[in-house]
Amino acid sequence: MMALVFPFIAVIAAFLVGGLFVFAIGDNPLETYRLLIGSALWWPDGIGYTLFLATPLIFTGLAVSVAFRAGLLNIGAEGQLYVAAFATAWVGIVLGSLPAVVLLPLCCATAIAAGAIWGAIPGLLKARFGSHEVINTIMMNFIAIALASYFTQYHYRTPGDPIMQTAPISAHANLARLGQFVPGLPERIPLNISFLLALAACGLVYVFLWRTKWGYELRATGSNPSAAEYGGISVRRQIVLAMAISGGLAGMVGINEVLGYRHRYYDGFSDGYGFTGIAVALLGRNHPVGVIFAALLFAVLSRGGVPVDAFTQHVTKDIVQILQGTIILFVAAEAFFRRPIERWLTSLRSR
Amino acid sequence: MLQLRGITKRFGGVVANDRIDITVEPGTIHAIVGENGAGKSTAMRIAYGFYTADSGEILINGQSRRIQRPLDAIALGIGMVHQHFMLVDTMTVAENIVLGSEPGSPVALDLEESAARIRALSEKFKLSVDPHALIEHLSVGQQQRVELLKALYRDAQLLILDEPTAVLTPQEVEEFFEILRRMRQEGKTIVIITHKLGEVLAISDAVTVMRDGKVVGRVKTKDTSAAELARLMVGREVLLRVEKPAAKPGEVMLSVRNLAVGSGANRSLKGVTFEVRAGEIVGIAGVEGNGQRELIEAIAGLVDPMVVSGEMALSGTSLIGLDARARRDIGIAHIPEDRHRRGLLLEFGLDENAILGVHHRPPVTSGVMMNEREIERHTADIITRFDVRPPNPALPARALSGGNQQKLIIGREFGQKPRLLLVAQPTRGVDIGAIEFIHRKLVELRDAGCAVLLVSAELEEVMSLSDRLLVIRDGRIAGQVDPASAKPSDVGMLMTGG
Repeated sequence: MMALVFPFIAVIAAFLVGGLFVFAIGDNPLETYRLLIGSALWWPDGIGYTLFLATPLIFTGLAVSVAFRAGLLNIGAEGQLYVAAFATAWVGIVLGSLPAVVLLPLCCATAIAAGAIWGAIPGLLKARFGSHEVINTIMMNFIAIALASYFTQYHYRTPGDPIMQTAPISAHANLARLGQFVPGLPERIPLNISFLLALAACGLVYVFLWRTKWGYELRATGSNPSAAEYGGISVRRQIVLAMAISGGLAGMVGINEVLGYRHRYYDGFSDGYGFTGIAVALLGRNHPVGVIFAALLFAVLSRGGVPVDAFTQHVTKDIVQILQGTIILFVAAEAFFRRPIERWLTSLRSR
Repeated sequence: MLQLRGITKRFGGVVANDRIDITVEPGTIHAIVGENGAGKSTAMRIAYGFYTADSGEILINGQSRRIQRPLDAIALGIGMVHQHFMLVDTMTVAENIVLGSEPGSPVALDLEESAARIRALSEKFKLSVDPHALIEHLSVGQQQRVELLKALYRDAQLLILDEPTAVLTPQEVEEFFEILRRMRQEGKTIVIITHKLGEVLAISDAVTVMRDGKVVGRVKTKDTSAAELARLMVGREVLLRVEKPAAKPGEVMLSVRNLAVGSGANRSLKGVTFEVRAGEIVGIAGVEGNGQRELIEAIAGLVDPMVVSGEMALSGTSLIGLDARARRDIGIAHIPEDRHRRGLLLEFGLDENAILGVHHRPPVTSGVMMNEREIERHTADIITRFDVRPPNPALPARALSGGNQQKLIIGREFGQKPRLLLVAQPTRGVDIGAIEFIHRKLVELRDAGCAVLLVSAELEEVMSLSDRLLVIRDGRIAGQVDPASAKPSDVGMLMTGG
């Protein structure tokens, strides 16, 4: 119960602060928010795009959450998703002649495996040498992004194409858009099966963390490594495992991006999904259900920013950044607000 | 000196202090005793201004005073030393002591005069603390003296000490009591919060006993006894000595040969050889830090195998090459000395703590899935059989008192039906009532045929529980004594080598 109250308060408080900014600039805050939220929840375009934008954030939010449950900070989801996206595109191009029943699962598995390997490396380094995962994941982000760019630029670009992107993947590796099945949802909206995969991933992560012995061991390691060791759990193995799972989840962004959306690898495609994933995990309390809601909120903000830019007098879509920033600030400052707010809530209840 | 009159304090629905009256005479050492949660710390925190009372008044030297925050208390000459020290490790003694009232101008800190004053105080009370030493280089006992200096430096006339001996070795406790007596001689008044009755009788002049937030007894120390204090604290008669039938040792369960841990200067265990038979409790007595922890952890499989040498076997099966899980699986259970660091997942519920170490095997798990119903049953079983309170499996382990946390751990480890139980400091920070219970359970386990290896810093505890007693000093077995006939002073001699 309390766990839900604070993220909620953080969001409300952020909107209040954002409203002050809007007011100071000279627009009507209520009108601006109506535009922002209304456009993001408008059927079908608003909702379609919001869910599409939420998909990668669910994956990266889950990725960061799983690592965090093991006591690790995975700042490397960004690199993991780049490696995964390129790898899945590569398989989609090179093995394009395979039938869809084989190629599509293979491409998905490739994305997960590539992300998992890229995540497991800093995990191994930590388990073996004790080097800090934050430093290593950050450095591996640069390596991942540069490598993907290099291969795109020099080996897999269609000759003459002015855009930094690979040739398209085989049509056998395309994931269907949800518009094909959902009445009233036009097929031009890129929302695809990956969104369902994201929801399924949330369910699986939940079962894994709280219903399997492996998840128990992972959480025990995060909660108290000394006690985990005492309980016969190999802390080193848990570190590698958690980073691999985290990387694999981040890698699933590649499924949405390459198989579901652009059908090719497009250089620099990520809008900082890996980093926003940290905020999503923070706001979602490292819980799969919380991650879904947090990802939806961030998706609403980024979808709604566009009409705000276009239809208000002064406010630009930077308001979205202000809102995101203040939400994170308020969530992070929870420890500071916790005592007074809890006191206030108990006094309300006793009245 | 200090008088609390009709102090009441509620936390939510819990009444921590219920109209309590405490009077501390000037120039005395006054003990406030009670079990964990009896409200003794709360009362003293009110006197120090950490909490404000809901009702009642505080009198200092006969005058009613309002103490809203610690600064008020300090101004009135009250100092407090907390159970967990409030020192900055990376700063010097002098820097820590002046913290909050830094001498010199705002831009230039002048520590010289302060250091001189600290040195003078340290000499006056024979604390032997160097003002320029770094806190992280000091022993726990020395750090505590720094805390005392902090209060003395602010000219405290009344010192409140919250469980001051919990962190000290028996030798350090003696030195510490000397310091307290010297402070009393110099006219200081001291309030000591504790639940160790031996110490109360050794040091205090008067005692206030608390139970369930109320004052249940006020006695002069010379007119009372440990048994009476225990009865007042717990509310019923308490057995202070362990009653146990003679052991019937069976076959050799654990055999340890030339076991050593560490290398070079870090060699903490230097080759020990002994056996523990089924159905006996073998105690290891020793001053803390003489290799006991390494011994227990090496047998449990928690020490990096690279630094372990020698032989260990359980009932003939060598333990070398087995990891902690494999050792648990062949019947070694372990009650660790530090339950917060090793024994519990403090944020997790009682249920998830109850399965730690058995979580990987049936019946708790089948395949990879955990068996919720079995976990529920297993937890309820431990809670009822070991009287864990409050009996709510969803509660995080952090919410339990020390004694109940310990009972949970003991229940969990006993539940494995071990062939060998490793126990370290089983009753540290545990209430008297729970101590009695834990001792009885250990004897029951022994009588059921389990081999028990017990390490404790409480000499009385190892002497009364053990069937055989080994003394460890500097990583070696310094001798073996018969706990039934040996005098504590002889064991003490072996422990210190003096």
